[in-house]
Amino acid sequence: MPQIFHRSANTLAKVSIAGVLLLAGGVIGLIMVLGRSSYVTRASEFIEQPLQFSHAHHVGDDGIDCRYCHTSVETSSFAGIPPTKTCMNCHSQLWANSPILEPVRASFRDDTSLHWIRVHDLPDFVYFNHSIHIKKGVGCETCHGRVDEMPLMFQQNSLQMEWCLTCHRAPEQFVRPRSDIFTMGYRPPVPQEELGPRLVKEYGIQSLTTCSTCHR
Amino acid sequence: MNIDALRARLDGTRGREYWRSLESLVETPEFKEFLHREFPQNASEWLDPVGRRNFLKLMGASLALAGVSACTRQPNEELVPYVRQPEELVPGKPLFFATAMPMNGAGIGLLVESHEGRPTKIEGNPDHPSSRGATDVFAQAAILGLYDPDRSQTLTNLGDIRPFASFAATGQGALSSQKAAQGAGVRILTETVASPTLAAQITALLAQYPRAKWIQWEPAGRHNAREGSRAAFGEYVDAQYAIEKATVILSLDADFLCTGAAGLKHARAFASRRRVDGDRAQANRLYAVESSPTNTGSRADHRLPLRATEIEAFTRALAAQLGVGGAGAAPAPAAAANWMAPLVSDLQAHRGQSLVIAGDGQPPIVHALAHAMNDALGNVGATVVYTQAAEAQPMDQLAGIRELVGEMNAGTVEFLLVLGGNPVYTAPADLDFATAMERVPLRAHLSLYEDETSALCHWHIPETHFLEAWSDVRSDDGTATIIQPLIAPLYNGKSAHEVVAAIADRERSGYEVVREFWSREKGLSMQATPAPTTPSSIAPTGGRGVAPTGASAVAPTGNAAADAAAGQAPASAQGRVAMRPDEAVVAGRSAEADRSGATSSPPPIAAAPVPQLSPFDREWRKWLHDGVVPDTAFTARTVSAQGNLGQASGGPQPAQGLEVVFRPCPGVHDGRFSNNAWLQELPKPLTKLTWDNAALISPATAARLALISGDVVDLRQGDRTIRIPVWLAPGQAPDTLTLHLGYGRTRAGRAGNGTGFNVNPLRTLAAMDTLPGVQLSKTGETYELASTQDHWSLEGRNLIRVATEAQFAADPRFAQKMEHQPLTGLTMYGDFKYEGYAWGMAIDQNVCTGCNACVVACQAENNVPVVGKSQVLNGREMHWLRVDRYYTGDLETPETYHQPMPCQQCENAPCEVVCPVAATVHNQEGLNDMVYNRCVGTRYCSNNCPYKVRRFNFLLYQDWDTPSLWLQRNPDVTVRSRGVMEKCTYCVQRINQARITAKLEDREIRDGEVVTACQSACPTEAIVFGNLNDPNSRVARLKASSLNYALLAELNSKPRTTYMAIVRNPNTELEPARPLAAEEGEAG
Repeated sequence: MPQIFHRSANTLAKVSIAGVLLLAGGVIGLIMVLGRSSYVTRASEFIEQPLQFSHAHHVGDDGIDCRYCHTSVETSSFAGIPPTKTCMNCHSQLWANSPILEPVRASFRDDTSLHWIRVHDLPDFVYFNHSIHIKKGVGCETCHGRVDEMPLMFQQNSLQMEWCLTCHRAPEQFVRPRSDIFTMGYRPPVPQEELGPRLVKEYGIQSLTTCSTCHR
Repeated sequence: MNIDALRARLDGTRGREYWRSLESLVETPEFKEFLHREFPQNASEWLDPVGRRNFLKLMGASLALAGVSACTRQPNEELVPYVRQPEELVPGKPLFFATAMPMNGAGIGLLVESHEGRPTKIEGNPDHPSSRGATDVFAQAAILGLYDPDRSQTLTNLGDIRPFASFAATGQGALSSQKAAQGAGVRILTETVASPTLAAQITALLAQYPRAKWIQWEPAGRHNAREGSRAAFGEYVDAQYAIEKATVILSLDADFLCTGAAGLKHARAFASRRRVDGDRAQANRLYAVESSPTNTGSRADHRLPLRATEIEAFTRALAAQLGVGGAGAAPAPAAAANWMAPLVSDLQAHRGQSLVIAGDGQPPIVHALAHAMNDALGNVGATVVYTQAAEAQPMDQLAGIRELVGEMNAGTVEFLLVLGGNPVYTAPADLDFATAMERVPLRAHLSLYEDETSALCHWHIPETHFLEAWSDVRSDDGTATIIQPLIAPLYNGKSAHEVVAAIADRERSGYEVVREFWSREKGLSMQATPAPTTPSSIAPTGGRGVAPTGASAVAPTGNAAADAAAGQAPASAQGRVAMRPDEAVVAGRSAEADRSGATSSPPPIAAAPVPQLSPFDREWRKWLHDGVVPDTAFTARTVSAQGNLGQASGGPQPAQGLEVVFRPCPGVHDGRFSNNAWLQELPKPLTKLTWDNAALISPATAARLALISGDVVDLRQGDRTIRIPVWLAPGQAPDTLTLHLGYGRTRAGRAGNGTGFNVNPLRTLAAMDTLPGVQLSKTGETYELASTQDHWSLEGRNLIRVATEAQFAADPRFAQKMEHQPLTGLTMYGDFKYEGYAWGMAIDQNVCTGCNACVVACQAENNVPVVGKSQVLNGREMHWLRVDRYYTGDLETPETYHQPMPCQQCENAPCEVVCPVAATVHNQEGLNDMVYNRCVGTRYCSNNCPYKVRRFNFLLYQDWDTPSLWLQRNPDVTVRSRGVMEKCTYCVQRINQARITAKLEDREIRDGEVVTACQSACPTEAIVFGNLNDPNSRVARLKASSLNYALLAELNSKPRTTYMAIVRNPNTELEPARPLAAEEGEAG
C-alpha cells in the first residue's frame, strides 16, 4: 500500500502545530494588548462635549483653582461638577453675549441642566473617593495629568486596576506635599526617593490593597 | 410524616436537642436532601427548554469570546449637574431627614437617608421617644413601597384619566348639593387617623356639614383595646407600659414586643431587663398565654398555649384570684390548672413591679380585666400609666362601619369619600361592603394602589406615599412629628390633606395645611418680623385632642425608656447622626424653597436678601430637624375604674369544632403591604413561610385530623367557607387554626396578586378576631408552601446554648463548656496578625425577639434582590442575614429561640481557600472580602461554608429594567448580576465611609461609629459591632463575657461573629431546678 502522505507532510504537520500555537499565542497576546490599549481604556481620547469647555483656558490661562468649580473634592467621594450657577458667576459679566456660551445661558434661563459626557468613568463596581486621596497627598495632576494644558478634557491614564495598584502598592513614588496638591506642573523640591517615604510617614499613608478598599 | 413517630423521636432524645422543623426531626427525605445538597436535586440545573446541542454551541462561542469581553469600549455616560445646587447638598454625601411613618393609628419616628434627592434607606430616629433609633420591618420596607412600580399613577374617573381639578369640582359639587341637608348624605371613611391636622380638617368639614359622618376603619386595629379601656374607665385611654420597671410580666395573647406602635419601645425596654450584665443576671420574667405562637411568646420563660376562647376564662379566673371584683367566677381552663397558683403568687410577690398586658386579638373584657388586675396589683402609676388615646378621634369602629353599611344599603349615602384603606377587601364579610357601596351614587377612593376598592369607585385618586408628602402624626405616647417629604410625588399623587382641602375649601398644598394647623395649635405667628398680629386665624384655638402646650413632662414611660436606653449606650445611631448636623434644618428650608420656586421664576443672580423668619418658622425648622414637636407627649392622667366589668362585652364562647383566630400577618399586615416583595419574601418569624399564608395548626390536632403541612382544607362556619392549606406549627394551641390576614388579594399588583389565600370571607363583625365552631374538611389536594426553615440547615450541632438563671449562677461558663475544643495551631496558613482594626460582631440571643427588622434592613442597605416563590422553593433566597429559629422540648410547648445568622467572617475561613480565582479573600481587618467582579460562579465557597451564609445569583434576580427601582438602590453597594456569589460584608461600605471620615479628621474610628444596617435597625440592640482590638469597645466587652461562644468552634474557623448564650429565668415552682449536666445528655 502506497504512502498516503508525502514525506513533506511531516514538515507540514510540524509547521502547522507550531503555527497553531503561535496563532493562539498571538491571539491571546493581541487580546491582552487590545485590553490595555487606549482604544479600550479610552485614554488620551478627546470627548466631544455639549459645550467646548477648555480647562487649558480656565486653569492654564486664568489660573482658577480646581476647587472653585470642583467644590466637594476635599470633602466627598465625588469632586463635583459645577452647577450652571457657577459658570454664570463670571459669565453673566464676562463674554455675556458670546454665542459659544449660549448653552450655558440657556441652561440657566430654562432651568435645565447641561449634560456633560463623563470623561473619567470607573466601572460601577469600583468605589473611588476623592477626599481621602487629596488628604493623603495625591495631586490632581497625578491622575488627571496636565489639565492646564488640555483644551478639551481627556483621560490621561488607563484607569485600569493595575494602574491604581502602582500607587496603592508604593504610594511613596507619587505623593506630594499637601500644599502642592492643586499645583500643575509640580516638580518635587527634593528628590522623590527622599520626599516620598517622608510624606508617607508624615501623612500616615497606608498601602491599602485589600479588595474591599475599592470593591464592595 | 407521622406525628407518633415524631413524638417517639422526641421522647427518645437524651438531654436538650434543638430542631428547626418537624421534617428535620423525623428526617424526611426532603429534609435530608436540603441537608446534604444545600440545594435540592436539579436546583442548580438550567431548566429552560434549550437543548443540549444549542447549549454547547452557545457555551463554545461564549468561551471563545470570553477573553474579548475585557475589550469592550464602555458606552458614554452623562454627568448632569444642578443648575443651582442646593447649598447644603454635597454630591456623594447622603443627607438625613427626620420624618415619621404613620401606621395603625400611630407613627414611628424615622431618619431617612437621601442621596442627591432620592431616599434610599430608612433608619429609626434616635431622638424620637417611641423608636429610639430602631425600626420594624414595615418601616424598613417602606422604601420599596415608595418606588413600587405598581403604585397607581393616574387619577381616573370610571377608568378615564382626569385632572385633579376635575375631581375637586365634582367633590365640591357633591358637598354643596348637600348643603341644604347639612351633609346628611356625606360619609368620609378613613383608616385610624393619627394625624392631628387631618383630624382637624375633617372636624372642620363636619362642622360645616353637621349631619355628615366620619367613620374610621382599621381591619387589624386596636378595637378591643379601645373598647376594653372604655369598659374599664368609661373613656378611651391608652395604657403606656413601663416594661423596664416590670419584674413579672403576663402577656394575655399579646405580642407586645413585635407589634403595634409601641412595639419598638417595649422591645427596647424588655431587653434592658434581659441582658446579662457581666456574670450577673437580673432578668424579668415573662409568662405568655397564647392561642398562636408569637415572637413575644418565644421570649417567654413560661408559655401556655390556650385556645383563644379559653383565655377569657383564664383571665377571669386569674382576676378573681387577684381580688378583682366582678370578674365572674369562671373556672380556669384545665390546661392552666397547675399554672394558676405559681403565677398568682409570683404576681402578688411583685406588687407594683408586675404587669398584665392583654393582646389586641382578645375581647374587650380581657383588656378591662387586665386593667383591673394592674390596678389590684398596684401597678398603675408604676409600670402602667394611662394617657389620652394617641389616635386623633377614638371611636367604635365596628359599630361605625356597620352603621355605614346600613345607611349605604338604605340608600341614604350620596357621597362616599374613602381616604386610604381598602374596605372592599378588609371589611367584615357579613356586611358585604362591596354590594352596599355600589348603591352610593358618588364614590371616590384615595389610595396608593388601584385596588379592590378603587375598582368599585367612580373616582380613584393616587395617594402620595408618606415619603412624598407633608403631614403629621402622633406616636403612641402622643409625641407629634411633622412628616416631611423626601422626594416630590413620583406619580402626581395627592395626600389626604390635599383631597379634603380641595373638596371642602379650595386646592391647597399639604404643606400649607399642615403649617397652618401647627401655627394655630402652637399660637405662633407665621408673619415675619413685627407683623401686625392678625386676628382669629392665628389665635390659638386649643384644638381638641391635643395635649396642653405648656405641659413639659414627657409621659413617664417615655422618660424611663429613654433612661434605660441611654444606660445601654446605644452608640448605634451615632455614626449616622453625626452626619446630620444642621443639614436637616437647612434641608427643611430647602424643601420650602423648592416649593415656592416651583411656581415662581428663577431668582435673579444677585444674592437674595436673607429672609426674616417668623416666630413660627423658627420653631418649625427645629421640629423638622429634630423629628419631634416638643411638649406634645401626653401627660399621664388619672382614670377611675367604673367597676362595671360584668357589662364589658366578652368574646365568643368555646364551641364544638375547631377555632379560628385571625391575626395580622407579620409580613404584609392587613394586606396593605401585599405588593411589597421584600415583605412577601421575608420568612415569617416562626413558620418561616414566604409568599403565602396558611392555616397554622398544632401537630396534635393535625395528627388527629390526619393532616400534614400543605394539605388543603375547607374551613366552614355556617355558610361561609374558605380553602387554605394547613401548616403544622409547634406551640400552637390545640384545636386552633391561626389565619393571617392580607393574602389572596386580586388587585394588589404584580408581586401581591395571587399570593396566599384570602381569609376575610370567614371574618365577620361578630368574629373579627376569634371564630369558634369551624368545621374542617380535607379536600385531598395539596399546595406547595415555600418555607425556608430547612434551608441552610446546620443540623444538630449544639448551636443554641441555654441555661436557667440558677444553672448560670452555678456555672457562668456553661456555654463555653458545651463545645468540643478545637485543635488549635492546626492551620496550614499560619496565624494572621491583625494590626489596626479587627472588626467583629456579638449577637445577644438573650434579647433577640426574632422580629426580622435586621433582615429587611440588610436587604435595603445591600441591594439584596428578591427571587420569588418558585426560587425560594429551590432554596435560592438571597437574604444575606437570616434568622434561624430553633425549637426544643415537646411539640405542644416548645421553647423557641432565634439566632440571626450573618456571615461569620471567619479568621480561618473555609470559603477563602477553595476559591480558584481569589474572589473571596481575607483582608487585614479580618473581613472575608467578596469581590463580585472576580467571581466566576464556581460556588465552591458556598459548598465549603459550614455556616451556609453564602448566596448565589443563579439567575438575574435584580430588576435592571424598572426605572423607579433604580432610584431605590444604595449607590454605595454594587448591584450584583447573574452568576455571582454574594454574602454579608459587615456593611463594608459603612466601614469604609467611617474610615475615610476618621482619616479626614486625623483620628481613629470611634467605637460605635460604624453601625451595620442590621445593628441600627435592631429594636433590642441585640447586634453589636465594633473593633475587637479596642479592649474598651462594646463588642470587645461583650466578647469577654462568659456567655460568649462561637458557632462550630470545633472547626477552628475562628468566626468573628459570636453569640451570647441564653439565660432563662423560669419560676422554679413551674419548672423544678435541675443541674445543667442532667440536661446535656449527649452534648458537651
